[in-house]
Amino acid sequence: MTAASQPSAAVLDGQLLGRLDRRRPGLLVGSLASGALALVFIYCWGYQIANGIGVTGINRPVFWGFYIINFVFWIGISHAGTLISAILRVTKAEWRRPVTRSAEAITLFALAIGGLFPLIHLGRVAIFYYMVPYPNSRMLWPNFRSPLVWDIAAITTYIIGSALYLFLPLIPDAAVMRDRAAAGLRKRFYAVLALGWRGTAQQWHSLEWGIRILAVGIIPVAVSVHTIVSWDFAMTQTPGWKSTIFGPYFVVGAIFSGIAVLMIAMALLRRGLALEHFLTDRVFNNLGLLFVTMSLVWGYFTFAEHLTVWYSGDLFEKNVHHVLLHGDFAVPFWTMVVVNLVIPVAVLSFPRGRRPLPTALVGCGVLVGMWLERFLIVVPALSTPRLAYSIGDYMPSWVELGIMIGAVGVFACLYFTFTQLLPIVSVWEMREGWRHGGSGEAGGATSDAAATSGTAAAPVPGGGGA
Amino acid sequence: MTRWGMAIDLDRCTGCEACVVACAAENNIQTVGEEQAREGRVMHWLRIERYYEGEFPNVRTRFMPVLCQQCGAAPCEPVCPVYATYRNPEGLNAMVYSRCIGTRFCANNCPYTVRVFNWFDAEFPAPLDSQLNPDVSVRPGGVMEKCTFCVQRIQAGKDEAAQEEREVADGDIRTACQQSCPTKAIAFGDLEDPDSEVSKWAESPRAFSLLGDLDTRPGVVYLSGSEWREPAE
Repeated sequence: MTAASQPSAAVLDGQLLGRLDRRRPGLLVGSLASGALALVFIYCWGYQIANGIGVTGINRPVFWGFYIINFVFWIGISHAGTLISAILRVTKAEWRRPVTRSAEAITLFALAIGGLFPLIHLGRVAIFYYMVPYPNSRMLWPNFRSPLVWDIAAITTYIIGSALYLFLPLIPDAAVMRDRAAAGLRKRFYAVLALGWRGTAQQWHSLEWGIRILAVGIIPVAVSVHTIVSWDFAMTQTPGWKSTIFGPYFVVGAIFSGIAVLMIAMALLRRGLALEHFLTDRVFNNLGLLFVTMSLVWGYFTFAEHLTVWYSGDLFEKNVHHVLLHGDFAVPFWTMVVVNLVIPVAVLSFPRGRRPLPTALVGCGVLVGMWLERFLIVVPALSTPRLAYSIGDYMPSWVELGIMIGAVGVFACLYFTFTQLLPIVSVWEMREGWRHGGSGEAGGATSDAAATSGTAAAPVPGGGGA
Repeated sequence: MTRWGMAIDLDRCTGCEACVVACAAENNIQTVGEEQAREGRVMHWLRIERYYEGEFPNVRTRFMPVLCQQCGAAPCEPVCPVYATYRNPEGLNAMVYSRCIGTRFCANNCPYTVRVFNWFDAEFPAPLDSQLNPDVSVRPGGVMEKCTFCVQRIQAGKDEAAQEEREVADGDIRTACQQSCPTKAIAFGDLEDPDSEVSKWAESPRAFSLLGDLDTRPGVVYLSGSEWREPAE
């Protein structure tokens, strides 16, 4: 990295903050398109509530369908952020600096959508709160033995935790935005977010401790969330579901699909917001290595799961196994193996494959593959019950498809809005990287950076007007 | 203590499905229509499974009435997040319709696939509404249901015995399927009472539990003299 390619503080401010002051037509088009998709989501859900859950394609014996598949899928994607960014923060990986915020935003929005799916899936959504332990006159409590109740506890904890984890590092940047904004609604908005941040040493100290505690604390939460999601399946006696490997398998799959989304989002942001200075080739190289590792681990878990099932010779397990590997579900199954294992290993093993475009494309394939994985967990096991008389089939209805596609729109809509309002790369953390000098991607203190180091000690002046 | 149980003699069953009709009439079961039935949404609490043995033309059909097994260790119960299904003191897997929010987790965890779901609100256009059983609630859409062992008849039998100031005698309470079976293939009563008909049937060397190795401890016992015990692969 030469000094010439070093972004100076001015460039940093100009690129990361300045772009928030003007509108980019591309983003506007994206926002409108995703907004339209979000309307599809709202319409389909409304239609289902008005007419009954029967407008879906689920039936007996396939009582769970696209909603549960998408629930697991989105919760998996949510692991893009908090978990990965927390691991990188805890291990003090310098190249995390430009990545963390976009990852954390993905987490929060994916969780919000993932958390909606179990509610969409309910037969009577109006009384979903029966699952919540709230004090009531009849002293009725939810059934704490049910994995669904664990789900509620785990996902609520994760949403609150990841919202805090996104918000805390945002405070200094919000203060900068507040100080830059002209008086008006925008200024008030940032002022609320900044929580009266003035950049005092005491505040920096508290902030750093807060982030440190959250980063360590959020890791077990993230692991537990997807383990508990897996227990929705593994705690049953259903052939194809009851498996001790499901906990770690789901966690690995979640991190895997999380990185996939991160790769796509970063490639898009780099292009769309001209962030080449910050999301450098080295960042992509490192994430690509992590990506291929997760692909191999995922492949190993898949192999281990299916080998033990096949070897057991259990009649009912073998029935499920058969439709999966050779029967009705063979095409999606082997597609999944190709896009999740063969292609990532073939592409990402080489340095040339770990560049923005190839990694993003591999990421798209992995997203498809991980969605298929969840489909192959939910549907074949249910459609192959023990009593052969009840063997069934499943075809989603337009309502389920509409909600599934619409959910992507809701996600994109939230994400576009976020990037329009707040810096998607953490400005103060990038500056901090300079201050540490040389250790980071943006390291190697140039004379320019050194000149600004006086302010870098308190990177965000915080403005007296706060 | 009472443990309600049922015994079904498969060697007597002719597969006539009178029990299926009786069950639907007794329990106000929704009729879903052709289109929904094609989608796998029939709501029968009791179904006659048919299995075929041999090659055409030497085919033999086996019938097996399958209903909620009222398990002693029911897989459906622990997974329900809201206690909409629970085990009552008399050994029934009771359903609390007003509590059910429709997660359908119980149905996924039932090894016998006997739970059925109200995909839509039930419709009983006139004059069907006048044949509804007043002792049984009509379930709203989005709610799970299944065989109750005709709990309303159990309740009525107990009430009657209480009014006459006596114990419930074996044979006082008959389920709808039992009552309508032309070959008397179904016995119902108290499994804890060694002298009851159902207990004697359950003692038979022909008795077995469906998917017995799961150890769900069903309250339904099947009797079959043939080597065929469970559905073939």
